This record gives sequence, C-alpha cells and structure tokens, in this order.
Amino acid sequence: MYSEKVMDHFSNPRNVGEVNDADGSGTVGNAACGDIMKLTIKVEDNKITDVKFKTFGCGAAIATSSMVTELVKGKDLNDAEAISNATVAEALDGLPPVKMHCSNLAADALHAAIEDYKKKTVK
Amino acid sequence: MKKICFDHNATTPVADEVFEAMLPFLKGEWGNPSSIHWAGRGPKKAVDAGREALCKFFNCADIETIFTSSGTESNNLAIKGLAWAKKDKGNHIITTRVEHPSVLNTCKALAKEGFETTYLDVDADGLIDLNSLEAAITPKTILISTMFANNETGVLFPIKEIGAIAKKRGVTFHADAVQAAGKTPLDVQGLKVDLLTISGHKLYAPKGIGALFVRRGVRLTPLIHGGHHERNRRGGTENVAGIVALGKAVEIAGRDMAAESERMLAMRTRIEKGMQARIPHVKINGHLEKRLPNTVNISFEFVEGESLLLNLDMKGIAASSGSACTSGSLEPSHVLTSMGLSNEMSHGSVRFSLGKSNTEEDVDYLLEIMPAIVERMRSMSPLYAASK
Repeated sequence: MYSEKVMDHFSNPRNVGEVNDADGSGTVGNAACGDIMKLTIKVEDNKITDVKFKTFGCGAAIATSSMVTELVKGKDLNDAEAISNATVAEALDGLPPVKMHCSNLAADALHAAIEDYKKKTVK
Repeated sequence: MKKICFDHNATTPVADEVFEAMLPFLKGEWGNPSSIHWAGRGPKKAVDAGREALCKFFNCADIETIFTSSGTESNNLAIKGLAWAKKDKGNHIITTRVEHPSVLNTCKALAKEGFETTYLDVDADGLIDLNSLEAAITPKTILISTMFANNETGVLFPIKEIGAIAKKRGVTFHADAVQAAGKTPLDVQGLKVDLLTISGHKLYAPKGIGALFVRRGVRLTPLIHGGHHERNRRGGTENVAGIVALGKAVEIAGRDMAAESERMLAMRTRIEKGMQARIPHVKINGHLEKRLPNTVNISFEFVEGESLLLNLDMKGIAASSGSACTSGSLEPSHVLTSMGLSNEMSHGSVRFSLGKSNTEEDVDYLLEIMPAIVERMRSMSPLYAASK
C-alpha cells in the first residue's frame, strides 16, 4: 500500500536525531492519533543548514519526516516555508488516502520549527 | 526469504485435508442439494455429513445448526434475529465494550429501531465483572451477547458463568466463538449458551462459510428470506463445498485440539518470556492465564505498531497491531483502550497469533530479530528520548 519511495525513506530514514544547539524546534501531532514528530533546525544566514527529526508513528509518519528533512536542507527560510504537507506527500509519490491527514504532518513540524526560530531571533 | 505467519487470528490457510474434501464439490458433484435427482443426491449427502460433523463439534442436534456465509453473518443473525423475534418481550441487549465490530455495529444499528444496548466495561485484564453483568439485567433484557475469546488479546470470558446467569434470569445468551473455535472446547450443553457463532476461515476452512448454533426453542427472525433452506431460517442454496470444508475443519479441530493447544501454549510462553527478557519496556496485554493458547498481545512502549509491522514484514514475518494506522480508522484499538491502556501503549501494540504452521524455529527467529527492530524504532522516537 506504500510507494517504493515511502518504503525507502522508512527503511533508510535520512537525518534522524536532534540537531545540536538547535536554533528552532517544532513538535506536532499527538498520541491519540498515533503520530508525534519533532523537527530541529540549524539556521545560518537565513538558510537551513542542518535539520533532523525524531518521530513516533507509522510508516507514513516516518517517511514524511525523512522526506521533509531532505527537501529543506540548504534551503532559505522563505522557500522552506512554502513547503506544504502536500509537497511532501507528492515527493514521496503519494500516500494512501487514509494517511493523508493523520500521518502527513512533517511540513507542519517544519513550520513550527521555523516559527520557533523566528520567535527566538526576535528576542 | 522465509515467510512466517504469526497472524492466524486474522485468517488461516485452508488445510490440505480440508481442501481435498471440498474439491469434489467444486468440480464434479455440482448438483443442488435440494434436487431429488442424481445430481443433487451427492451434494445433499455431503451437506448432511458436514452438519453431522458440526453437531459433534458443538455437541448439539442437527436442527440446532445454521450454515451462514461468515462469522459476521452469524453474529448479525443471532443478534438481529433474536431482537426482532423478541421485540414484544423487551428491547434491551447487554454486550461488552471489547466485542468485534460485527457485534458492536449490529447493536448500534438496532438502536435506530428502538433497541437499547448496555456495553459492559472490562478491567485492566480485559475481563468483565459478573456482578455488573447481573446488575445490568432488567425486565426488558432479551439478549446477552459476549465474545468467547477476544480476537486481539485472546482473553477468555467466563462463558459458563455468563451462561448460568443468563439461564437463571431467563435471558437468551449468544457467544461469539469465532476466535475460540478450534482452540478451546465448545460444548454448548456444558456452556449453557443459546446461540454460538463460528467462522470457517479462522480454523483452516476457506473464507465464505460460517455457522450458528441455535438452541432448540430459540426463535430467530431470518435476515435472508428465501427458500426452505436451513429450516427457513437462512435462505439461499447451500454453499456445499464450504459446508464440506467446515465439517472437515471442525472434525480436525476436535481431533487435534488438545495436542495443538499444548504446542501453541509452549510457543506463546516462549515468545512472552523471550520478549520480556530481551526488550525493556514491554507489556503483555490481557489476563496472563485466562487467554487462548495461541494469542499474545504485546505493547512496545515508545514505538508505534504499524512501523513495527512494516519492519517485521521486511523480515518475512506477518503480525498485526492495535494501532489506528493498521485499522483504517483514526482510533487505536477499542479493546486495548477499554482495558485502560494509554493511547501510546495501544498504538504500540503488536499481536502475534500462532497457528498450525508455526514451529519453535519461527519463535527463535522472531526473538532473534525483534530486539533490533524495537531498538531502531525507539532510537527514532521523541517519546523514548523524553523518557530517559
């Protein structure tokens, strides 16, 4: 039921872990629906230079987390903010319909991390 | 890669003996059992023999059996059929929170017709309180419907005691024995059940055949109106090959049950003890003794069930999970949450259900690969990091 790309990212997830001295951190999801994602980012000159994730969740949750880290690494913040959950699902050649809204939260985690970074830098 | 099935509560393969027995009725003996001519005689004999085998398995009379298409149909027929037949006597049904959807959703559907259902809670072991059951009975109560054994945890309800209460209070008692059949004896006389459901594909017969025991004197309104089949209680030309298959399957189950149960129990115990010894933060779900010998449900804390299943599948092992992600719904297992498990622990549950094909080598392999799978998923989990 999962695409080859989903299974590839699930089996060999990219950028697992937490960035040291992260500039921004975002956690989304909840235990009731079974998916919790935590994304940490390092930002230099308005660019995401490092990004890592930790995810509790199903195959789709892990694959979308992994994919979003690949999509944003090296991107400037504006481009990163333009990435949506749909972009991530598309990059994985789609997700099963039932997973589209429950396990497709990786871009939300990214946006939360960017927001966290912005809040910190304003101070 | 070797393929190992630890998901026998989902379904079972058709046994060779069963396949051989049913084959002539798919090719060759094609007649209608209701026909009096040469083509119908062989199939008629086969249906009678299948029924006889089922009667022996249930310890009941031939008029007390109805062949259906599935466990789901049997449960629908038992509950709706009884409710409709007794609607002048009362409108109250008692069941539990941990039933199969074919019972829960049937009761839900009956609510639209004015029937009311009490859903009994279960405790942390997955068992119901018999005092609560008795207290729930009102003068309007017409039916008690409970599982014999739970499909997710294997927990066995005290059927004999429930039957005694039902009998004492004059309430009809239906037991859904879909998971129990072939794993624990089902003597309907000793158990005091009035209605009892089984399904062929859970005990090495094919999909598409089920049966319902209906105690003499218990009247049901049919779901399927048609000819005289099944004593006017279920219309439709008999599924001859399916009936032959079910007959053979229950014959084999009766013959092999004692030895197989012992073999399952030994493997189940090794899985439980092995997981607990090798992997920290695991919990066996359900009462430790009052359980089917073939079923073990384990929660692996901090990780989600579907991701464990995908990892197991990549290693050739089939299992299932109480995680929402595997059910097509967005909720984790209603069975595990009813037992008081947290959402995380319900999502992190894996059910291993043993069957005839399993060997001690399969158990060795499972215990060998599972720790690394859990560790890998935990290393990716934000919950695991937070717990440290």
